[in-house]
Amino acid sequence: MSKEAMSLFSPRLAERLDRLATKYPAKRSALVPMLLYAQDEIGYLSDAVINEVAARVGLSELEVRDVASYYSMLHLKPLGKYKVQVCTSISCMLRGADEVYEEFEKELGLEAGGVTPDGLFSLEKVECIGACAWAPAIQVNYDFQEEVTPALVAGILDSYREKAPGKEPHA
Amino acid sequence: MPRLVSHPDEVKIVSRRFGMGAARIDRYLELGGYAAAKKCLEQGPEWIIGEMKASNLRGRGGAGFPTGLKWSFVPKQSDKPKYVLVNGDESEPGTCKDHLIFQHDPHAVIEGTIIAGLAIGAKLGFIYLRGEYRGLLEIMEKAVAEAYAKGFLGSHIFGSNAEFQIITHTGAGAYEVGEESALMESLEGKRGIPRIKPPFPAVVGLYGGPTVINNAETIATVPHVIEMGAAAFAAAGSPRNGGTRLVSISGHVERPGVYELPMGYNLKKMIDTVAGGVRGGHKLKAVVPGGSSTPVLLPEEIDIGMDFDQVAKAGSMLGSAAVIVIDDRTCMVEFALRTISFYQHESCGWCIPCREGTDWLKKTLTRLHAGFGEAKDIDNIQYLAENMMGRTFCPLGDAAAMPTVAFVKKFRKEFEAHLNGNPCPFAEHPKLVVV
Repeated sequence: MSKEAMSLFSPRLAERLDRLATKYPAKRSALVPMLLYAQDEIGYLSDAVINEVAARVGLSELEVRDVASYYSMLHLKPLGKYKVQVCTSISCMLRGADEVYEEFEKELGLEAGGVTPDGLFSLEKVECIGACAWAPAIQVNYDFQEEVTPALVAGILDSYREKAPGKEPHA
Repeated sequence: MPRLVSHPDEVKIVSRRFGMGAARIDRYLELGGYAAAKKCLEQGPEWIIGEMKASNLRGRGGAGFPTGLKWSFVPKQSDKPKYVLVNGDESEPGTCKDHLIFQHDPHAVIEGTIIAGLAIGAKLGFIYLRGEYRGLLEIMEKAVAEAYAKGFLGSHIFGSNAEFQIITHTGAGAYEVGEESALMESLEGKRGIPRIKPPFPAVVGLYGGPTVINNAETIATVPHVIEMGAAAFAAAGSPRNGGTRLVSISGHVERPGVYELPMGYNLKKMIDTVAGGVRGGHKLKAVVPGGSSTPVLLPEEIDIGMDFDQVAKAGSMLGSAAVIVIDDRTCMVEFALRTISFYQHESCGWCIPCREGTDWLKKTLTRLHAGFGEAKDIDNIQYLAENMMGRTFCPLGDAAAMPTVAFVKKFRKEFEAHLNGNPCPFAEHPKLVVV
């Protein structure tokens, strides 16, 4: 079977996963990175993504699900194109993370775990993201934003709305 | 990008290249980089381990195990390949020092990994970063590619016959994976659950081979030990605690940040002088000295030197040197709840005392904080936490239980103030929480 013909993934990602499969002393070590990079492109770990990754590392679908369900960054359901992750662990809490989170709730009209109807944003409370001295901190996908205040929330969301494909920047 | 801070009391050894463009290899070389690895290649494993032992460098991940001693446990002869594994799964709430190392000085991590490899006779090293650090992983990957291009990594490092390869790896969100045996499980593509010890990783580790696992800060410190000499490094710290520490100061201070201070630097001075004191002129209420798992200290308990031994003597732990400062407007029940919520979320579920213990602690604290607690809940919290300790494969159970016991013991009055349907005395707008 030709992998290219069968692949769900872009040629670039498929090539990256091919390299990962031979990177480690044992193929299985590539599993978690493969799932994460695939999720970055597809948006979440759909059944098809899990099946293809399972084939690539030589595991059963069940074994892949067993691992995927362990890691909090791996999602089995679609989230927003931009995942807003507000850290509410202790250091961020002390500097006002709860107020920042509430402002995101208000601006997006979402509760934790929700996705906007246009699929652009999802909102999550997350545990410590390693930016404690620059609290409160959030991540939008992999981008860190430090020292966030409620007043900055609307602007942060706008900056991602402008980046979204199909949206022309405001004149 | 995270703000860099500075204070005259700092002794910049590990952070001396921060903000200087050293993520590029040419700049790193201009600033003296890779000289330590070359020297180690000439001197050989026994010399390296001797230097590490003499330096009094102790593990920066939290346990404070002497690095040279750890390396010396790896058998010289092994049928299976040996490995170096760098733990960059930085996840202990309060801790953000490795974040800056990966950002500003990735080559120091690579150079330290090479030196560890030379010391134990490994040909392959892994650098594991938590999944949230994708941007930092990309910086590390670029640095690794540069080191290969210069011939510092590969089958003939620095033109010698020695081989050393590095593989970078991303996690996908799991605090538990910061525990060394769970880290190996995760790197092998499995759920990050701990292994029982013994055997220790130095004997049976990654893929069954002898493995040295060090925190990223420890590894980034190694080239500096070689460069300045073990004796000078040891002298920079306090007795049995060599060198400096990257201290992450967060919470209610005027100038939070990551400061590099000599081991043994006074904790009170760290807060009052280095970090500018409690924010807004408020009063200090409590200090968590070494990351969320370390027992809380009262203001009268912080006139101590910050090294592994002195903080232990004060009844807490230096841990990851993440100092979390709490002012008098903070509800300690809520702080305890937020702390336990983290461990409840991160418990891998493998050991029942941890899985069930963190869950019931969270439930009980939630109810208590909401004003629906009963007097016996307070004793139950303490009893439950005490009975989690020492009953799990890995230290996560202890990490959740130890701070909880200390919160109840030191702030019992505040727990009692939440009883009898009283709303949280610290909440401006108490909310009714359905439990």
